[in-house]
Amino acid sequence: MSTPFYVSPQQAMADRAEYARKGIARGRSVVVLQYADGIVFVAENPSRALHKVSEIYDRIAFAAVGKYNEFENLRIGGVRYADLRGYTYDRDDVTARGLANVYAQTLGTIFSSVGEKPYEVELIVAEVGAGPEDDQIYRLPHDGSIVDEHGAVAVGGNSDQIGSYLDQRHRDGMTLAEALELAVESLKRDTNGSDRQITAEQLEVAVLDRTRPQQRKFKRILGSQLSRLLATEPAESSGAAEESAPSSDSSDGPAPTAPPLDDE
Amino acid sequence: METNSRSTGRLPAAFLTPGSSSFWDFLGEHAPEQLPGNRTLPPLKGAVELPHGTTIVSAVFDGGVILAGDRRATMGNVIAQRDMEKVFPADEYSAVGIAGTAGLAVEMVKLFQLELEHYEKIEGATLSLEGKANRLSTMIRGNLGMALQGLAVVPIFAGYDTDRGRGRIFSYDVTGGRSEEKGFAATGSGSVYARSTLKKLYRSDLTERQMVTAVVQAIYDAAEEDSATGGPDLIRQVFPIVTVMTDEGFRLLPDSEVGPIAREVVDARRERPDGPQAPVL
Repeated sequence: MSTPFYVSPQQAMADRAEYARKGIARGRSVVVLQYADGIVFVAENPSRALHKVSEIYDRIAFAAVGKYNEFENLRIGGVRYADLRGYTYDRDDVTARGLANVYAQTLGTIFSSVGEKPYEVELIVAEVGAGPEDDQIYRLPHDGSIVDEHGAVAVGGNSDQIGSYLDQRHRDGMTLAEALELAVESLKRDTNGSDRQITAEQLEVAVLDRTRPQQRKFKRILGSQLSRLLATEPAESSGAAEESAPSSDSSDGPAPTAPPLDDE
Repeated sequence: METNSRSTGRLPAAFLTPGSSSFWDFLGEHAPEQLPGNRTLPPLKGAVELPHGTTIVSAVFDGGVILAGDRRATMGNVIAQRDMEKVFPADEYSAVGIAGTAGLAVEMVKLFQLELEHYEKIEGATLSLEGKANRLSTMIRGNLGMALQGLAVVPIFAGYDTDRGRGRIFSYDVTGGRSEEKGFAATGSGSVYARSTLKKLYRSDLTERQMVTAVVQAIYDAAEEDSATGGPDLIRQVFPIVTVMTDEGFRLLPDSEVGPIAREVVDARRERPDGPQAPVL
């Protein structure tokens, strides 16, 4: 066997990181925002079957960008981890911190193992607490590090630009409709600065709602409920399809609370 | 820690293998010692006295199904618990009630609930009612070894079938044999008496409240004839657990609803101790 060329460890790692980052940057972004009653996940995703946002456990949800088969595997692994832990101990003993650690170990090992190609994924693990100060949001980049986030966070293709847009405008105690509007506005930012149109059909929205009476706080916001929420705020910039919606009770300023969610 | 089976701390391969949506199957592969059926039992000499749960009654009415159970657990002659809960929600549209060895039964319900939730999370869709009933069948069959040593678990599974728009009941035997019941079903040591009562009282056109009353009558009769079944306890305010599944989902009736019905039943028995009478012909 011939002697392989020498590649410095720095160079090898940089190459792998660039490979992963490029893969992630190809996909559309996902944003996660805290609002008064919980955490909202908004993804640009035209597919109704392949989800980017999913439930992991009672108070924990998962959002991902990058390669579908890779993050789907991690999602299933997370559900199995959470269910096994809850079965072995108690439902209260399943935490986002524990899950984020396991994901970080998994991603980190794969990233630094020479035999495997690095995963082209970036994950968010979030847990809704009893109050907004107990909410936890963790961002897990492809290399296995963990970033503890607060307020609002974006992952995916255009995440730097979207992230700074969100950071400037996000504030504590937003209603669901306000948070959703901000999320959609941020997703409209394109790399070249121009705005795109995003309709309700292109969005995947889910919430971890701490006010939900059920033990499982995760809920997808679909169809008419999503359109209603998007129409709640008067669309001031570049009016989307929502402008034609009847403005019967939504015109009198921002609603004090989010419209009640219909629990199925 | 279960995830650290390899020293790297990453999720073991079993977690990331696609394929099965069943938590039961996953447990069997990754941690078989945690499956209730995989435990080996030392040979038993004579009868072991363990807490047993007793009477579970279920009845279909127009628009849904009721699953109810008494509250007593017995250990031989001793009343082990007066306020045991034997009826549990399985998911949003179904419930499971258990008779038999209490410890094993509660564990089986926990695993069954998790099995349904796990499938739902992984697949993004719920199992059909038949699928759920079949899963429970497999789980009971897994317990056959212990059942033959006297540690049997015999549940009733009832749920609202959203596809067909009606309530359905499935009863089981210890081997996992499953049969769908028309109208009503009962299991446990007091089930013989409860079933006789329902036979006389059951009509498919009864309303939800009337059917709850009929079910409480059945539990009352079972408690009268079977020492291991507990009737409504007006002194301690312990009433049968009654759950209702309709197209709006699972609902556990609070004591404020079951209490008045139980009191009515007991009051009527003061006049007529044997309960309501059916015509001879």
